[in-house]
Amino acid sequence: MSTLDIAGIPPRTPMVQGSLPSWGPGALFAGSAVVALGLLAVTDVSFALLLVGAVVVSGAGLYAWSRVVEGARTATDRGVTFLVSSAFALAIAPLVSLLYTVTARGFARFDYQFFTESARNVVGEGGGASHAIVGTLVITGVATLASVPIGILAAIYLQEYGRGRLKRAITFFVDVMTGIPSIVAGLFAYALFALFLGPGIRLGVIGSVALAVLMIPIVVRSTEEMLKIVPNHLREASYALGVPKWRTVVKVVLPTALGGIISGVMLAVARIMGETAPLLITTGAFSSINLNPTDGRMQNLAVFAFNEYKNPGVPRDPYFDRAWAAALTLIVLVMTLSLLARLIYKRFGTETR
Amino acid sequence: MSSELDSGHTGAVTTTGLSGSLRRPGDRIFSGTAKGAGITILVLLAGVAAFLIREAWPAIRASPDSIPGGEGLVSFIAPLAFGTVLGAAIAILLAVPMAVAVALFITDYAPRRVAQSLSYVIDLLAAVPSIVYGLWGIAVLGPAAVGIQTWLADNLGFLPFFEGPVSTTGRTMLVVGVVLAVMILPIITAVTREVFARTPRIHREGALALGATRWEMIRMTVLPFGKSAVISASMLGLGRALGETMAVAIILSVSGVVTFNLISSGNPSTIAANIALDFPESSGLDVNALIASGLALFAITLVVNMAARAVISRDEAIGR
Repeated sequence: MSTLDIAGIPPRTPMVQGSLPSWGPGALFAGSAVVALGLLAVTDVSFALLLVGAVVVSGAGLYAWSRVVEGARTATDRGVTFLVSSAFALAIAPLVSLLYTVTARGFARFDYQFFTESARNVVGEGGGASHAIVGTLVITGVATLASVPIGILAAIYLQEYGRGRLKRAITFFVDVMTGIPSIVAGLFAYALFALFLGPGIRLGVIGSVALAVLMIPIVVRSTEEMLKIVPNHLREASYALGVPKWRTVVKVVLPTALGGIISGVMLAVARIMGETAPLLITTGAFSSINLNPTDGRMQNLAVFAFNEYKNPGVPRDPYFDRAWAAALTLIVLVMTLSLLARLIYKRFGTETR
Repeated sequence: MSSELDSGHTGAVTTTGLSGSLRRPGDRIFSGTAKGAGITILVLLAGVAAFLIREAWPAIRASPDSIPGGEGLVSFIAPLAFGTVLGAAIAILLAVPMAVAVALFITDYAPRRVAQSLSYVIDLLAAVPSIVYGLWGIAVLGPAAVGIQTWLADNLGFLPFFEGPVSTTGRTMLVVGVVLAVMILPIITAVTREVFARTPRIHREGALALGATRWEMIRMTVLPFGKSAVISASMLGLGRALGETMAVAIILSVSGVVTFNLISSGNPSTIAANIALDFPESSGLDVNALIASGLALFAITLVVNMAARAVISRDEAIGR
């Protein structure tokens, strides 16, 4: 190796850059964690502040160390890696905090009584949300019944039949519709029914109409995506056997995409189930069980949680506890639906080749 | 991803190739029903606009002193519109850099095996109902943010945003902006992530082969490729933030003033939150005025969303 300096010229710059030892970053982070924990034990600085401090200090330390040993480019690379990773951690933090809070506070009233009793004649402690749970299921169910056929058929039109200006218009306005604020959908449903049934009207079915406006575009988009990935050779094989196009769609295309379509519908249901704003202004508040969406006011979980929290009685705690329990119920429902949808898609989804 | 783009064309090809079979009654009925469902959606959207205008009309024509506030519809809606835009602006400023970083983390930094699960976790943020965000904001984030907001007022009080006096409950515009940012983060991330992942492999590998570090590769290939996706995704997020109702309605303590002060207890309300809070108790012309404000919100979000979609579809056209 030393034959290189035959001419007696010492190499000015090393061919290989120095690099941090592989344990370097880990040791740095562990070190700053230890220091932070030590400070936590000794001083009374808040935990959050120490955490932020430790992250900033170790990030800056890593950058400086790498800059000295490895040069500016690698140091920047390490710095960005550190920034991006901590940004991800920061994005997860609210989810963790939120799930923890809702679970911890919701468990106070997550009991048998909560699911079996309504809030009828309840003042102060006790009572439940069975009326709200039933209402959520009925309102969401009616909305689903209305939007799934329209959504799936529209998606079939867009993917299998549509062309030209109409197809472009529908695609564009479905996209636009996904952006309608939920409160505006509620106002629309109210305005529609108020025209025929008079002002001040509150019915479960008005809420369903509002939710359907929000749900249809989601169903169209997800179904369309699923129909797109049905391999074209399946359609062609069916046509080659002389099967009419509509039977091909019903018997070949839809069954192939079914897993994905169902999971898309479930995700859409999960999305609208927690909607509060449109129901607040269309279904009203009610403290007894009402199973008929076309007759009178109807309670639902989200509005129940909102009202218990916003207008508590005295003492406030039983009302707050019910609000948190309702929030927990809602989260459990929504998350279960989302997870089931993912599982169904994984198990029965279309294989893409 | 590319297979989805390709098959968009093939669907149309088979349709034209089989126009003869459309004469069968079954085909005619089926395609007619499907087409009818598509048209229903257009009618529905037109209906939303038409009914809102119809119900807002009495408020538009009414004399100024019969509108809530007594000074006409414009001065009723203007402070609300100001609050709406202010909250959404904070949310966008916070959420866009975060969302780009999170998307990069998923596409380029996280180990390939866990990347998919990580994106599910981010999507879970979108599944949380807005009412729960509201409860979390008022019960956890608000109180936790009082310290930081006091610090902001003490050290950056010369800026109009942090003038103070600091709210002791944390029910401020800044907290609302943060909660809105958390809510729109998954939307922006989802779109951005898709496009980042579609960066041509050859560009990435070319950059790396020339000796670029990972960050240099991202700066030279991924970010330029995804730039317009980031813009359009941000506009989608903006549309969502503008229309978000319940989180604002629960968290914000409002006084109807127009102010840039983000950390005091007197904040401008937003259009959506104002409707949610006042609508259940309103009657007569007040309802029409609220619907008129909803119409304004509808128009604002429609413009923002249409602009976003126009950017996206222009991109797709170029991409092909």
